[in-house]
Amino acid sequence: MSANLSVRGLKAYYGQTRALHGIDLDLKEGGITALLGANGAGKTTVLRAICSMIRSEGEILLDGKPIVGLAVEDVVRLRVAHVPEGRGTFVRLTVEENLFLGAMIRTDRAEIARDIDRVYAHFPRLKERRHQQAGTLSGGEQQMLAVGRALMLRPRIMLLDEPSFGLAPLLVAEVFEILKAVNRADRVSVLLVEQNASLALALADHAYLIETGRIVMSGSTPEIGADESIRRAYLGY
Amino acid sequence: MELFLHQLLAGIATGGIYACMALAVVMIYQSIDHFNFAQGEMAMFSTYIAWQLLAWGFPYWIAFAFTIVISFIAGVVIERALFKPIRNAPVLSHIIVFIAMFSILNSIAGFIWEHTIKSFPSPFPSQPLFNNRLIGAHDLGMIAVTLILLVLLYVLFRHTRLGLAMRAAAANPDSARLVGIRVGWMVALGWGLAAAIGAVAGMMIAPVVFLEPNMMLGILLYGLAGAVVGGLTSPVGAVLGGFAVGIVENLAGTFVPVIGKELKLTIALVLIVAVLMVKPSGLFGRTAVSRV
Repeated sequence: MSANLSVRGLKAYYGQTRALHGIDLDLKEGGITALLGANGAGKTTVLRAICSMIRSEGEILLDGKPIVGLAVEDVVRLRVAHVPEGRGTFVRLTVEENLFLGAMIRTDRAEIARDIDRVYAHFPRLKERRHQQAGTLSGGEQQMLAVGRALMLRPRIMLLDEPSFGLAPLLVAEVFEILKAVNRADRVSVLLVEQNASLALALADHAYLIETGRIVMSGSTPEIGADESIRRAYLGY
Repeated sequence: MELFLHQLLAGIATGGIYACMALAVVMIYQSIDHFNFAQGEMAMFSTYIAWQLLAWGFPYWIAFAFTIVISFIAGVVIERALFKPIRNAPVLSHIIVFIAMFSILNSIAGFIWEHTIKSFPSPFPSQPLFNNRLIGAHDLGMIAVTLILLVLLYVLFRHTRLGLAMRAAAANPDSARLVGIRVGWMVALGWGLAAAIGAVAGMMIAPVVFLEPNMMLGILLYGLAGAVVGGLTSPVGAVLGGFAVGIVENLAGTFVPVIGKELKLTIALVLIVAVLMVKPSGLFGRTAVSRV
């Protein structure tokens, strides 16, 4: 299958400190790819580097076009949606305003309204609370809102940073179900960062293991999940 | 009773101007977290531009509209040229640039148009409307213009995509970038709007206080008082605060014998100190809560 995002020799920096030391990674079109690793391994940094939130070197190709050095806003215009760590909710704005913001770069008003209804169909709870301030939502609802906001972009690529963080297991299952459905229906390529490895392996079809800014292992999820030594050493279960 | 009503209405009229200045200050404060000391001087300069256009023979409302447009563009240019480069600089750098802008605008206005006091025309009739004895036509016009301005801004911020983008950019710049909002330009736009609002305030108050380079100093202090009373983080609060300061100033100046005309400006400062002591975030402001 062709890759629509391919990363080669990616190095990224926080100030003078180098946090990634040459990452190679491919996102298959319409696939779900998991990026696994311990705390501080550089998972979040990879997502930040892909959408230009931090200084990086190397090559990131989106459909063959280099995107390193673009402004964050311009990467978003290439339909890369990033659900950041901490969800990035606009807490003072209403739920519906948050969703409208997700479609900020689009101008097709009728389609935007349709997509809002579609998000509400996925997450009925958001519809109940559409006029509430987003900051008053529970953690799970805010995660749904963050995913919904990302969907409003009609993304080609979705970067998800720990969507299971702080959620009750039942809610996690719900969110992941929806991610899977969206991935199938819209052929969105998903790059999923997770600490919960078993969960991520169940959802993804390909996985990379990252340790202190380097990829140490990659393969299809059945392979990775089946390998006892990898599981012990890197996934901790 | 008639004196009371008269003073109350006059207070609302000048309060509207303070509300505009408070709003201009809050608009910039929300996007860059700094208080623009030069807001008043920008408004004063805009008023001189209007005066110049009128002197060249433009009809009042044409000059009014041109001045707003010119001020808006100037506000955007000031942000792009002066404040974008120091975006991440410490607070003191910002304050120094604000003070520099204050004194540069003040001096240039004095240099071009001289320091002598000029009269500035009112677009409203000199006789009170409907032969009422409570409020002059200019005061009434001032209230009307202020209200129209506030309604327009409300519609912009509440009911347009651009307004939503500006609010999002001010509230959460990082997330705003992630949905594709050009945050830098939203800040510049905020400056443009603040400058345009200040221009309206300057042109409306100039017939009352007369035109000279220091005309906005007191007005800005009242505006700041309004912003602080209402809360620097709340545009609605700032507007209400501005009106409240105008009313309090007028009523206290009339009915409290000690205060009179001379101590009126002091009231603004007393209000600032009193509110900051009792409720540091202002009456409508939010207390900043952060996880550590």
